[in-house]
Amino acid sequence: MKRSSKIYTAIIFVFLFAPIAILLLFSFNEAKSLSVFSGFSLDWYRELISDRSTLESVKNTLILAAASTVISTVMGTAAALGMYRLRREWYKALMNTVTNIPMVNPDIITGISMMLVFVFVGRLFSASTSLNFWTMLIAHVTFCLPYVIFQVLPKLQQMDGNLLEAAQDLGCTPFRAFFKVTLPEILPGVITGAIMAFTLSLDDFVISYFTSGNDFQTLPIRIYGMTKKTVTPKMYALATIIFFVTLALLLLNNVVDNEEGRKLRDRKKQKRQAA
Amino acid sequence: MKKYVAILLTAILFSALCLTGCGGGNTLTLNVYNWGEYISDGSEGSFDTIREFEVWYEETYGTPVKVNYTTFASNEDMYNKISSGAVSYDVVIPSDYMIARMAEEGMLLPLDFNNIPNYQYIDEDFKSLYYDPNGQYTVPYAYGIVGVIYNANEVDVEDVGDWDLLWNDKYANKILQFNNSRDAFGMAMYKLGLDVNTTEEAVWDSAYEELAKQRPLVYSLVMDEIYNMMESGEAAIGAYYAGDYFTMKDAQAEDVDLKFYYPERTNYYVDAMCIPTCCENKELAEIFINYMLSEEPAIANAEYTYYASPNRLVYENEAYREEMGEEAMAVLNQHVEDFGAQFAVNAYRNLPRETLDYINTLWETVKIN
Repeated sequence: MKRSSKIYTAIIFVFLFAPIAILLLFSFNEAKSLSVFSGFSLDWYRELISDRSTLESVKNTLILAAASTVISTVMGTAAALGMYRLRREWYKALMNTVTNIPMVNPDIITGISMMLVFVFVGRLFSASTSLNFWTMLIAHVTFCLPYVIFQVLPKLQQMDGNLLEAAQDLGCTPFRAFFKVTLPEILPGVITGAIMAFTLSLDDFVISYFTSGNDFQTLPIRIYGMTKKTVTPKMYALATIIFFVTLALLLLNNVVDNEEGRKLRDRKKQKRQAA
Repeated sequence: MKKYVAILLTAILFSALCLTGCGGGNTLTLNVYNWGEYISDGSEGSFDTIREFEVWYEETYGTPVKVNYTTFASNEDMYNKISSGAVSYDVVIPSDYMIARMAEEGMLLPLDFNNIPNYQYIDEDFKSLYYDPNGQYTVPYAYGIVGVIYNANEVDVEDVGDWDLLWNDKYANKILQFNNSRDAFGMAMYKLGLDVNTTEEAVWDSAYEELAKQRPLVYSLVMDEIYNMMESGEAAIGAYYAGDYFTMKDAQAEDVDLKFYYPERTNYYVDAMCIPTCCENKELAEIFINYMLSEEPAIANAEYTYYASPNRLVYENEAYREEMGEEAMAVLNQHVEDFGAQFAVNAYRNLPRETLDYINTLWETVKIN
């Protein structure tokens, strides 16, 4: 039984990571081919660095991801705070469902409907180009927002509500109390939400595809457009770099989670000791 | 307090909007929409067309220009983006049949050739083709002809010739076919000598019969995957564009020896630069088109894409001919003299919806079997 479960785990890991391992390996390939590994070289990384238009699209992708992360994290935390304070249960449930819709809605529907809205508004103001960086940003914030709320709200519910009251009792303004008491308590949720928003925005293709204009092209759209010729190994090099960046973010997230778990255990211990 | 925060946030948002909206001053913008990987972009030490244009324009006219260069994956993608009216482009580079459709729907502006003096270098055979009979909307950028690519280490010389090689059961499970109804049916129709732009269902039925005969021999239906399968020797025979053959040849494995030939009748296409009606600076767009035809960028683009150029400055250039090599020039420019005549008969044209639907139904049946 034990051996079979080990084999099962091994198979799962092979399926999960073999494609990435192959990509990684071939990004160091000397030749252009994806089938023959002819020797180790860093040529494709060198190629990548000298490819201005690809780097431009990487830059665009990062700008968009960073901007939508900041905005959706601030807005999402504020929204979660508001929803947490709602008194009427049915209203709370309603808000919850409504904010979750963009999360469960298929990307393609979100993308098309957002494009329609932008075009409609653009027509109202008779703009020649109604899609640009800002429409992409709005779209990205829209689909990142629920993920932030989803992460922050449970943290608020876990928080000891008396702490906030105590702080205000002792003379904190509500604003100050938020930064002194609430924020440190929910910070792990906020960070996880921000990381999720960043990675989601980073690799989104479908929604970006429908809402992108003529001046701002992200990496996924650029790669999708590489149909005249085949995708060159410098894209493998780029994918390898992106993989490691995402991995680093995930590890960071885990560190944050562990830290929080430790804190929780400590607090429980203290409570027991006090009792 | 809350109010102030809200006001502050709104102010930040608006100032950010303004920064991009009114920034730039008198910098001109030019929006170019092209196929992906279809321009020399400075990678691998090549000529960076877009940046060089920006530099050249500022030096010549004294006004800075910012080119927004974005890419599309198919003619249909491009058409949808433009016809949605959401985005304006100044220069687009679609293929022949799509140009015909856009011209028909009034989506293109007639060009002022006084701003495009380099148009004189375009070979006469590439002017006024069917998609633009009066030669008023387009300037050809590149053209391609489909040919057969085979691995000479696996295919016997005596079997080579015309389309029959792709129906030869000696090479069962070594043959690749297009994973795209129009190209696959086209192949069968060229083989049988049928009209590839017919609307008669019976004609398509006979092409279907031919494809059904070929289906058991086919290893895989491919588009982009053909590169790896041919380069590695996984498959031995496939049809693709002449320019792409050189890309494959560059990357072929050690025990693979790729060769190429043109069948008697085959597909011809032209991609051409044109200006859509949503263009905001027509003169600048025409200057850009003219720049693309001048010697240095035109040669750089031809070398980068490996596609044949209809531009005399390119195919008559000694350095370019040497760079490409004798074999490549023979293959690329083989049909340059009778291109117009071949193109008129063999290029794919836009078909009515019903015919396309009918082909697709037949194609699905081929795929399943």
